[in-house]
Amino acid sequence: MSHGDPAGASPAGASAGAGAPDLAALLKQAARGDRGAFAAVYDATAARVHGLVLRVVRDRAQAEEVTQEVFLEVWRQSSRFDPALGSALAWLMTIAHRKAVDRVRSADSAARRDQTYHQANQMPDHDVTAEAAQASLEARRVRAAVRDLTDVQREAIELAYFGGYTHTEVAALLDLPLGTAKTRIRDGLIRLRDTIGVGR
Amino acid sequence: MNHPDETRGDDVHALSGAYAVNALDDVERARFEAHLLGCADCREEVAGLREAATMLGSDGAVEPPASVRDAVLAGIETIRPLPPVVNVETRSSDADAERSPATPPSRLADRRLARRLPLLVAAAVVLILGVGALVLRPWAGDDPAPTPHLTAAERVLADGDAARVAKSFPDGAQATVVVSRKEGRAVILTKKMAPAPESRVYQLWLQTPAGEMEPAGLMPDLRNATVLLDGDASRATGVGITVEPDGGSKQPTSEPIAFFTLDS
Repeated sequence: MSHGDPAGASPAGASAGAGAPDLAALLKQAARGDRGAFAAVYDATAARVHGLVLRVVRDRAQAEEVTQEVFLEVWRQSSRFDPALGSALAWLMTIAHRKAVDRVRSADSAARRDQTYHQANQMPDHDVTAEAAQASLEARRVRAAVRDLTDVQREAIELAYFGGYTHTEVAALLDLPLGTAKTRIRDGLIRLRDTIGVGR
Repeated sequence: MNHPDETRGDDVHALSGAYAVNALDDVERARFEAHLLGCADCREEVAGLREAATMLGSDGAVEPPASVRDAVLAGIETIRPLPPVVNVETRSSDADAERSPATPPSRLADRRLARRLPLLVAAAVVLILGVGALVLRPWAGDDPAPTPHLTAAERVLADGDAARVAKSFPDGAQATVVVSRKEGRAVILTKKMAPAPESRVYQLWLQTPAGEMEPAGLMPDLRNATVLLDGDASRATGVGITVEPDGGSKQPTSEPIAFFTLDS
């Protein structure tokens, strides 16, 4: 973390990519009630949020509900974003992921458990559509970093992050001894962090 | 890092990765969040791992339909953004005593944290030692102090941003509502509450932004209690207590004996 590190106080540009809107500044304006700034946050991040939510929730209609909830929450919480504690994008995607996971773990999760987990058991390999060039560059870096993980680390992270499973469920799915999946998840994320260079 | 729960064979620090990707169950999450408040290393690690996890989604952007954008932009018209954290007037009185406009928020937060540490450490120890017992006994008897919980209640109480609204009753009873907007849940703590009349029960209500009262559970028959309200408190505008026939009611049948107005 970057307490006292001037770079940490600088806008989210580093994570959002050069030329991307300054999400941190826009969130600050949104916290003051600036709807236009909030609309700009939405436009800059909705596809990414919805992609993650859809991946976790699977059901299109439910994913749209969750994406909507995410942005209403972002609006409500906008004053609580603290640039010293991380990038604006990570803050926003953490809210999105939590909402998506909450959705799949709630009442209707039983049905979902019957579905094949193989859908979740793959990193995205679909073509990056018309996203900005720098986004695909970032995606390539991420794919390379993911390939660099051990198989177990990669599977554990995918099941947890995209499958919405708890580490205990991940251990069961991967036939790992109880308690070891959390270590694989942590080791893998640390490796990703260091490889991608989002380390703090 | 030897925690007493050797049977679980874990070190609470090792939960940072699973926490960063929301892969903990509620009990573990409460335990880890209590730990986080006192562990700067873990806070830093979680922040870094969240950045890493965020990158995982960089490959799968899917534009939502325009109807979602319309619904979001219409929705924010009815939602007031939360005040910034430096606004501490609804915190407990000891925080108010130390409040100074010249104190940077982070320093203030640190001092609040420092003051809470002994309690949190104690809570964490109880959590670790008492997993089974506490799950089975959410309200621990007549203990005069609010008892640390493993449940969502613990998370609400551990939320440094939670708002507190306290009321005193003429007979000396006290009730405090703690609302964590982040958790979307509310907790009520009571002290010296007189028992409800015969065949009656204290019922809790959450007021919606539309002004409707939604049932939020019944108080246990205890003078001192810590109770997690049922239902989503993330947008509640108030918490009420009414006296209802045993078993509770679907709608309040009497005026509240207490109403706690929540800052939206």
